[in-house]
Amino acid sequence: MKAERRVVVTGMGVVCPLGLGVEHVWKRLIAGESGIRRIESFDTTDLPSKIAGEVPAGPRAEGRFDPSEWIPPKDHKKMDRFIQLGLAAASEAMEDCGWKPASEEERTRAGVLIGSGIGGLQTIYEASVQVHEGRVRRLSPFFIPSALINLVSGHVSIKYGLKGPNHSVVTACATGVHAIGDAARLILWGDADLMVAGGAEAAVCPLGIGGFCASRALSTAFNDTPERASRPWDRDRDGFVMGEGAAVLVLEEYEHARRRGAKIYAEVVGYGLSGDAYHITAPAEGHEGAYRAMQNALRNGGFGVEEIDYINAHGTSTPLGDDLELEAVERLFGDAAKRLAMSSTKSAIGHLLGAAGAVEAVFSILAIRDQVAPPTLNLEHPSRESVIDRVACEAQRRPIRTALSNSFGFGGTNASIIFRAV
Amino acid sequence: MSEIAEKVKKIVVEHLGVEESKVTPEASFIDDLGADSLDTVELVMAFEEAFNVEIPEDAAEKISTVKDAIEYIERQKAA
Repeated sequence: MKAERRVVVTGMGVVCPLGLGVEHVWKRLIAGESGIRRIESFDTTDLPSKIAGEVPAGPRAEGRFDPSEWIPPKDHKKMDRFIQLGLAAASEAMEDCGWKPASEEERTRAGVLIGSGIGGLQTIYEASVQVHEGRVRRLSPFFIPSALINLVSGHVSIKYGLKGPNHSVVTACATGVHAIGDAARLILWGDADLMVAGGAEAAVCPLGIGGFCASRALSTAFNDTPERASRPWDRDRDGFVMGEGAAVLVLEEYEHARRRGAKIYAEVVGYGLSGDAYHITAPAEGHEGAYRAMQNALRNGGFGVEEIDYINAHGTSTPLGDDLELEAVERLFGDAAKRLAMSSTKSAIGHLLGAAGAVEAVFSILAIRDQVAPPTLNLEHPSRESVIDRVACEAQRRPIRTALSNSFGFGGTNASIIFRAV
Repeated sequence: MSEIAEKVKKIVVEHLGVEESKVTPEASFIDDLGADSLDTVELVMAFEEAFNVEIPEDAAEKISTVKDAIEYIERQKAA
């Protein structure tokens, strides 16, 4: 009989509106800082939403992102920003895990699965302008490979010589969780012993902000007080705030990690997926798709609801979604809801779309490591009471052994993942 | 060095991210300057833009060194 395989997390990297570097970002998150600002990278005069979580520019030593520290300058034009961010997060995670393939056999047993919700939107925009100007023959030979979503996985594999499964996920705002969950299964099924998995997004551009404004999804009431705009479950919430960034985990088969004496952050112990079959952008009634995704993750891990200590909610700060997710959790957890902490870290960094689930996986794992639930900023007047502690405004020290993270996407796609201390 | 040669050299340095000293007339874009086939396509496009010339596909394929590029452009400009 085949021995039971287990999957653990041995490396992490993150770049988000709170900066670059796992410890730097986490410290700021726990301190209750916000990464939401007025948009500076382009003119927002004609846009109803003028705020976002942009990755701070500058040197790595200051916890900021400068692409030239990660990518040779001549290669910048070959990658849209989402790829640059993804490559930086993956490089951090690889450094952190302390592993490099030492043989061809090891190379073929290690793969990459990094997704994005949208991909190279700004690159596609710029190329479209060229076509519009009648300069179709002047399109860069790097246009297509710099916009394709799976090219984060491609670049990471080339940089580190990883010749195992090379895959990608595109499920809107559920991308990050799907990437990590599917990568963990590739290890469980024996396709690989190590997977570099996560999500990357860089859609803070006129098309991205304009497009989500058009679907009435973004906050517009807090343009003058950006730090107050992302306020999950608060009565004054009026839409999500777009963020950009990337997060990448190194997932590793437990024995593989143990043999090399790797530092182990947590184990991936449950993963559940579902579809709404309901509406392209609105969640189903009672968020029953979210309910089933969580239920499936618990069943997959063989957990009872009373074993979950912390939930990192999808909680985007939209009027409809937040309370529906809360209701779904209350219904699923029953009496166990009383001992639960659930927060939305999107309150501090905004919604990173395809990278959100990956960043929130990092936060969930650090919540377990440090026994701290990160806060839900700006939750001053909940629109609805609940027995669940939503960690309003300030981080809380509390016993956290097992954490569940939710991500739901346009199209009615839902994913939940569970991490546990080893 | 001619004005064209200077400009070609500058474009090669910028696009391929190589040191100026390596961009000798004999240097091959692919073998000596680290370009791949897409880099050379882009380089030829950059020459076309900078010198306002058309470099058809079959001519572009024959441009493999710095000297090839300079000579081709000089011929076009002289014509």
